[in-house]
Amino acid sequence: METLQDPPTDAAPPTPAPRGNAVARAAGRILVRRAAQALGVAITVTITCFVIVQNLPGDIAFRIAAGRYGYDKVDAAAAAEVRTDLGLDEPAWQQLGGWVIDALRLDFGTSLVTGASVADELGHHLSATLQLAAVSLLISITLGAAIGVLAAQNRGGPLDRITDAWVALVRALPPFVLGLVLIIVFSVQLGWVPAAGHGERGNIVLPALTLAVGLSGLFARVTRDTVAQILNSEHVHFARTKGLAGHVILARHVLRNAGVTLVAYIGVQVLILVEGVVVVESLFAWPGLGHALVHAVFWRDIPAMQATVLALAMIVVVVSTLVDLAVLALDPRTREVR
Amino acid sequence: MKTSPSSPTSAGPDEAAPAAGQTLRPTPLWGAAGRKGQGGRVARIASMGLLAALVLFALVGPLLWRQYAGQDLSQFLQPPSPAEPFGHDHLGRSVIARLAHATRLSLGLALLCVVTAAVVGVALGVLAAWRRGWVDQLLLGVSEVFLALPALLIVLIFAALASGEMWTIYVGIALALWVEYFRVVRARAVSVLNSPAVEAATLLKLGSLHVLRRHLWPELAPVLLTMASLGMATAVLAMSTLSYVGVGLKPPTAELGLLITESLPYYHEAPWMVVAPVMVLLLLLVGLLGLRSQETRR
Repeated sequence: METLQDPPTDAAPPTPAPRGNAVARAAGRILVRRAAQALGVAITVTITCFVIVQNLPGDIAFRIAAGRYGYDKVDAAAAAEVRTDLGLDEPAWQQLGGWVIDALRLDFGTSLVTGASVADELGHHLSATLQLAAVSLLISITLGAAIGVLAAQNRGGPLDRITDAWVALVRALPPFVLGLVLIIVFSVQLGWVPAAGHGERGNIVLPALTLAVGLSGLFARVTRDTVAQILNSEHVHFARTKGLAGHVILARHVLRNAGVTLVAYIGVQVLILVEGVVVVESLFAWPGLGHALVHAVFWRDIPAMQATVLALAMIVVVVSTLVDLAVLALDPRTREVR
Repeated sequence: MKTSPSSPTSAGPDEAAPAAGQTLRPTPLWGAAGRKGQGGRVARIASMGLLAALVLFALVGPLLWRQYAGQDLSQFLQPPSPAEPFGHDHLGRSVIARLAHATRLSLGLALLCVVTAAVVGVALGVLAAWRRGWVDQLLLGVSEVFLALPALLIVLIFAALASGEMWTIYVGIALALWVEYFRVVRARAVSVLNSPAVEAATLLKLGSLHVLRRHLWPELAPVLLTMASLGMATAVLAMSTLSYVGVGLKPPTAELGLLITESLPYYHEAPWMVVAPVMVLLLLLVGLLGLRSQETRR
């Protein structure tokens, strides 16, 4: 029994001061873990792209020379110049070191197709993608949370059944099929919004809707299950017995608790979001990272591919980090665990 | 969201923020949590039937309609008839023959990817849980990297290496899928290997094979089955998406995404040509996803 009574010497005493410390330490752990993840991704993607360049059919020097001087001015001399200029005749491991250092300095070289600096183009693509992702995330959370809360409130009822079927359908609907259906219905048949492109008004509607519908299904299901679980919990029973009005219970006790789960789930959704971005952007000719990536893969434009893959992976890491920190801020329980 | 070593499953929405209010009745670890059991069972049986029909179509269809690449321009956009339930496409090819071959390809390749990913993931997961130490840390670190890369990105990277070849899609999808198996199996195996039952078995010198067969496997098998159906859905979707976007398999092949792309310009004149592959793809995904109604990672 004495061993149980004795507090371990290194345990933090339960005073307010170390509480802040605990939060800071938890946040620090998250940041360290995510930074390591980001670094690992950067190195893996860079090495993979390097290996692909080494194994591409044909001489890469000729391709780069073609990008620089035009296809009609390429000869062995031009290729040789490119080779010495870019150090392509150095041993592979030395080149790899250069690649990694360049990537860490955010210098991805020039596109093999357009000849423009990849980093410059990346900025434009990134802003277009972030715009699309933010709009569709907003729509999907609003839509999903609303549907989920309504379904949870009449569990087993017709609305719940419809939601269930809807979620299952949306879940199984490939984004490109959904996008096609939306184009055919709203653009070709009804003529309400432009089918594809960027810069005109209304261009964002269809791609954002395509992404949002797919995501909203998952949000709706998570919200429904979480809210249903909370509605069954003892503290909600107590609030009801106490005589609180239904909407007060919903706002104070249910939604606040469900919010934590929803925020945490954004971290899972971001993977699906990024995949969806790749598909939807190519479908609607939205000039974002996904569109650029598919183009780069199609044309074997490896520097552009490396940069876009890294940017998309970094979106995943950054959003996950923000979600982790947000959950830490919202949910006190996560500070004490571990 | 991400697995903490103690949580049994990798990343259901319920595990994302655990204990957000306890339900009074015990929730099953796997399956439709918090739902009336009846509806889930009906849905599961329905999707099993659907899948069985599609598998039958994939196995028997190519034998009945052998010619999927033969062009006959006199049959240009021929509407459906009793002999050809989905008519002919813009090159006069039989749509149902192409559909049967595409379904077989999708299911076959998806199965191959999932089996590969599962074998690798389970082996590494058990290894990590068994040895712990630096092996565990290394594998965890590698899996962290893969967690930040969406499956489609991995497949796209491989598509750049040799566009249009089957093996790039196979390797890419398998590489994207193994992480899930690794994380789940490792987490479960850690908790099983630390359980008193395994401790007793070790004390009795029953050997590691016994522990694997009698303690670990019964715990893992149901989880792996449900993960497999989900993984196959991911693979089918990734494959069709890739060829739809234009960096997957190349045209003469009969593949679901390609069938949709090819038929799109004719959707007004020959709607059956578009609807048939879209429906097959949808039913395939509904069947695979319907086997379980709870989400795992994606």
